[in-house]
Amino acid sequence: MKKEIIISGFGGQGGLAIGKNLVEAGMAEGLEVTWAPSYGPEMRGGTANCSVVLSDKPVGSPVFARYTELIALNEPSLVKFEAGVVPGGTVFINSDVVTDKVSRPDLKAVYVPCSTIAEEVGNPKVSNMVMLGAYVAETKILKPETIESMIHSMFTGRKAKFVPLNIDAFHRGMECVK
Amino acid sequence: MEKELWKGNEAIAEAAIRAGCDCFFGYPITPQSEVPEYMSLHMPEHGKVFVQSESEVAAINMVYGAAGAGMRAMTSSSSPGVSLKQEGITYIAGAELPCVIVNCMRGGPGLGTIQPAQGDYFQATRGGGNGDYRTVVLAPSNVQEAVDFVQEAFDIADQYRNPVVVLADGLIGQMMEPIVWHEVPKRKLPPKDWATTGKHGRDHTNVVNSLYIDPAECDDHNHHLDAKYAEITKNEVRFEERDCDDAELVFTAYGTPARIAITAIEQLREEGYKVGLFRPITLWPFPEKPLHELAAAGHVKQFLDVEMSSSGQMIDDIRLAVEGQKPISFLGHAGGVMPTVEEMVEAAKKALKEAK
Repeated sequence: MKKEIIISGFGGQGGLAIGKNLVEAGMAEGLEVTWAPSYGPEMRGGTANCSVVLSDKPVGSPVFARYTELIALNEPSLVKFEAGVVPGGTVFINSDVVTDKVSRPDLKAVYVPCSTIAEEVGNPKVSNMVMLGAYVAETKILKPETIESMIHSMFTGRKAKFVPLNIDAFHRGMECVK
Repeated sequence: MEKELWKGNEAIAEAAIRAGCDCFFGYPITPQSEVPEYMSLHMPEHGKVFVQSESEVAAINMVYGAAGAGMRAMTSSSSPGVSLKQEGITYIAGAELPCVIVNCMRGGPGLGTIQPAQGDYFQATRGGGNGDYRTVVLAPSNVQEAVDFVQEAFDIADQYRNPVVVLADGLIGQMMEPIVWHEVPKRKLPPKDWATTGKHGRDHTNVVNSLYIDPAECDDHNHHLDAKYAEITKNEVRFEERDCDDAELVFTAYGTPARIAITAIEQLREEGYKVGLFRPITLWPFPEKPLHELAAAGHVKQFLDVEMSSSGQMIDDIRLAVEGQKPISFLGHAGGVMPTVEEMVEAAKKALKEAK
């Protein structure tokens, strides 16, 4: 089992955070993981992306030209990265921001209204957690309980009040693919 | 031990603290700025010194001074910043002081780009400063090695009273992966009885200096340094061979390209191609003898050198070690473009086909 994932969006949309959540949860489940961010000119006022590997074997290259999944949080990300998804791969799209559809018939598309759901659960900042829920439900690569316990350890002390909000957003994201 | 998720640059900084770094002097530059950032927060917590200098030149000269006083001193930067440090490094080598210099390489020449590259191989292994000197160069190819090598670099520096360079690249600095905090290896180290810490009743004055104005004395000093470099060459060579036992084609690569090559080798092996990897870990001293012996093996038909450099720099050392026994081809990108698994697979197949 090896997942190679590109997560891409505007800076501030939480794309890099989705990647970090995936590798943290993956490590908690005993997988080998890497997270490599773009730190080039594109992140300075444009699109930021990261490359994530989740594997049951030690990770060789942490960067790749072809990937099993793409999480596109904005339009330029879909345009730039759709071509690199392997045939049969999956594209996750924040359908509140991206109006275009996946153009390749050999890819599975999962449209997630991340921003709408985040507003519904009470905070636009948790839209990345909605997308994480959709990814976990679709790929079944990680256990939802692992993400939930990670959310508990992310928000402690004064921030503990954000736990229910994030778990709610995560569950609503999972429901999008049912 | 438990695995922890760390970003390369922050792990390098934490590793230095755990290795007993007393003083860190640095100046921000992408892609290594997280090293001074982390040090600025955590060195004071340990009662240690952090100074953000006014320039890279100042930082390396602060290292020179602190090392002369017997402190474990370190600086880090990225390619253009390391160029600025070269004068200080040759002074430190000439004065025989221990220190650790981390270079998180980016594209060049000049200001180049902020993306990962390996164009500083010559600078690190040949010496970017003047005179006959050497620095030990350790090349990690993942975050775990970056941590382990930084910790050991301080000991190697102290043992030989010589600068040690940890030559990483932007990807290793910026990426996150799980690491384990090993026990810091402890070498038996000589006392720093040469340090300029005040006379304290001693019958002689310790002097830190790289000036030997009398030519005969300077000649002697150089021969003394040479003898030390010969000892380092005898003791400190490190390399990794992977899948080389039956390999017809051997990739040669260090750092990030070596890591990408692992995936390329997995793919090629699945398709039945006999390929392996020879990875120098110490770039100086270079693993010349083991590579020469590998080149002599009957099953090895050729080498494919992969570097993040336009026409290769380490390839010169590969050629010197292989000594014409087998052909060497090259795949490389400079300016911040990393070679892909697909390119490596294709280049290996092409080379194997041409050999038949």
